[in-house]
Amino acid sequence: MLLFSLIPMQFQLPNIMLATPEMFLLAGTCFVLLADLFIKDSQRFITYLLAQVVLLITAGLVFFGTGDMNAIIAESVQATGKMSITAFSDMFVLDPMAQVLKISILLITMGVLVYSREYLRSRDMYKGEYFTLTLFAVLGMMIMVSAKTMLLIYLGLELLSLAMYAMVAFKRNDGRASEAAMKYFVLGAIASGMLLYGMSIIYGVSGSLHLDHISTYMSSHPVMENLGLLLGLSFIIVGLGFKLGVVPFHMWVPDVYDGAPTAVTLFLGTAPKIAAFAMIIRLLVEGLGDMVQGWQQILSLLAALSLLVGNLIAIAQTNIKRMFAYSTISHMGFVLMGILAGTQSGYAASMFYIITYAIIAMGGFAVVIYLSREGYEADQLADLKGLSARHPWVAFMMMLFLFSMAGVPPTVGFYAKLSVITAVVDANVIWLAVFGVVMSVIGAYYYLRAIKLMYFDKPDDATNSARSPVQWDFTALLSLNGLAVLALGILPGTLMALCLKAIQTSL
Amino acid sequence: MIPLSYFLILSALLFSISVAGIFLNRKNMIILLMCIELMLLSVNLNFIAFSHYSGDIAGQVFVFFILTVAAAEAAIGLAILITVFRNRRTINVEELDEMKG
Repeated sequence: MLLFSLIPMQFQLPNIMLATPEMFLLAGTCFVLLADLFIKDSQRFITYLLAQVVLLITAGLVFFGTGDMNAIIAESVQATGKMSITAFSDMFVLDPMAQVLKISILLITMGVLVYSREYLRSRDMYKGEYFTLTLFAVLGMMIMVSAKTMLLIYLGLELLSLAMYAMVAFKRNDGRASEAAMKYFVLGAIASGMLLYGMSIIYGVSGSLHLDHISTYMSSHPVMENLGLLLGLSFIIVGLGFKLGVVPFHMWVPDVYDGAPTAVTLFLGTAPKIAAFAMIIRLLVEGLGDMVQGWQQILSLLAALSLLVGNLIAIAQTNIKRMFAYSTISHMGFVLMGILAGTQSGYAASMFYIITYAIIAMGGFAVVIYLSREGYEADQLADLKGLSARHPWVAFMMMLFLFSMAGVPPTVGFYAKLSVITAVVDANVIWLAVFGVVMSVIGAYYYLRAIKLMYFDKPDDATNSARSPVQWDFTALLSLNGLAVLALGILPGTLMALCLKAIQTSL
Repeated sequence: MIPLSYFLILSALLFSISVAGIFLNRKNMIILLMCIELMLLSVNLNFIAFSHYSGDIAGQVFVFFILTVAAAEAAIGLAILITVFRNRRTINVEELDEMKG
């Protein structure tokens, strides 16, 4: 009887339905982990299939929603005009932005798994752990996207990072991979430490971990004169900069992209970028939105440096993976440009940029995987020589990806760059817009050089043109991926409108 | 009662020592892992001090999560360290330079 009196009378379950996709993904991941123990090495395809099914169902759950969610959303729209609904004592938020980003993350991860299957099989990395780690990383990303308190942001980020550290070191007998993993681990841990220190200061000044409460505190206090808050903001930006890989916190990016197995680089360079974007929006815009003058200046400096260093050093690279790494750095500069504009159209442009960049980068790394075979990575620029004669269709796809990274119309990269630059011009940061255009012209050089190698150069005698065969699903997805880059470039309206609507109804 | 600023100065000192340790240390990777732990502990001190003086319990809850994550992080860090040692037969930071540029 005593026990009963301890239970509060109005015990109510939190509205956990909102987190159904995450809970399903966690259960599915544990199931894959257990099921894999009973699967023989020769039947590893089953693990692969299970992982894909789990991701697909999770994406379905995010897309269709669960239970009486629509009624709750309608209530919220009537009450606040926003479509964001929260659960778990307001710690977890579900809004259209989170939905769009989660679906992109899930679909891109599914594509990554299709691309990596043959690569893993031929290199003795076709293990159940690869799939479980991928699923855990996806869970971490989904938590980051939906986090409404600094605690949840940190936990999601660590779940993602810890899984990624292990994946980079997945090839245990490869010295380069373990070196890359060590560098990634140390710099990632420093980034988490910086982020946490910033969070602790913000918590100390504002007295809450919840982003909405922090925002309320800021709107009623003079924030730009508060040294503590400025210190906390700087530490948070340093942490975010490390995670996103922008100059001057980019040291790890080229080494990790280069040293990690290409299948892992493919994953590392795509989906986590989307989650990092969500983390920046949640922390800087939703939490520290009133300090916009403070972070606008810092971000514009980071963006300009990233554009400069990324594009200039990429020219000197002879390794495709390193070249893509520096190109990523410059693309992250563009993403920051949209965010620092501080307007809803700017955030929407950045969101469009990051989603389309993930699609493009996925295709670019897939071509590197396509050309490689066991014991030969095909990651030198010289390996592209004469590709159009050997594999005309793949060369055409690679040309689309490279054009898109350079921002040549009619591919989607052009529209993405145009929209962030428009946002920056609207925010009156003209110097940065001009700088961005100049830098993307310089950047076009190394993308066009790769295209020239594919179309106009004869293959060297030394060029190793043998490669492992790929399955039909790889080729089909590569074609779909390339055509998506073209189609989104010709008709960007739908995705752009979706991003804009998602931002408007979420923030 | 000890003023809040004492705790903040101590944690800032610990944090600086750990960052300096990471960037100045050129010999041993285990020292890097120790510095990372120290960094997280200084953050914990900050959280607990703020939480105690503002009477809000959330900061102390955060510390439990940081401690747990730090343990997992140390486990992964040591595992990576072992793969590095197996491949290289050294844990000298300066010899971790196969990739450059």
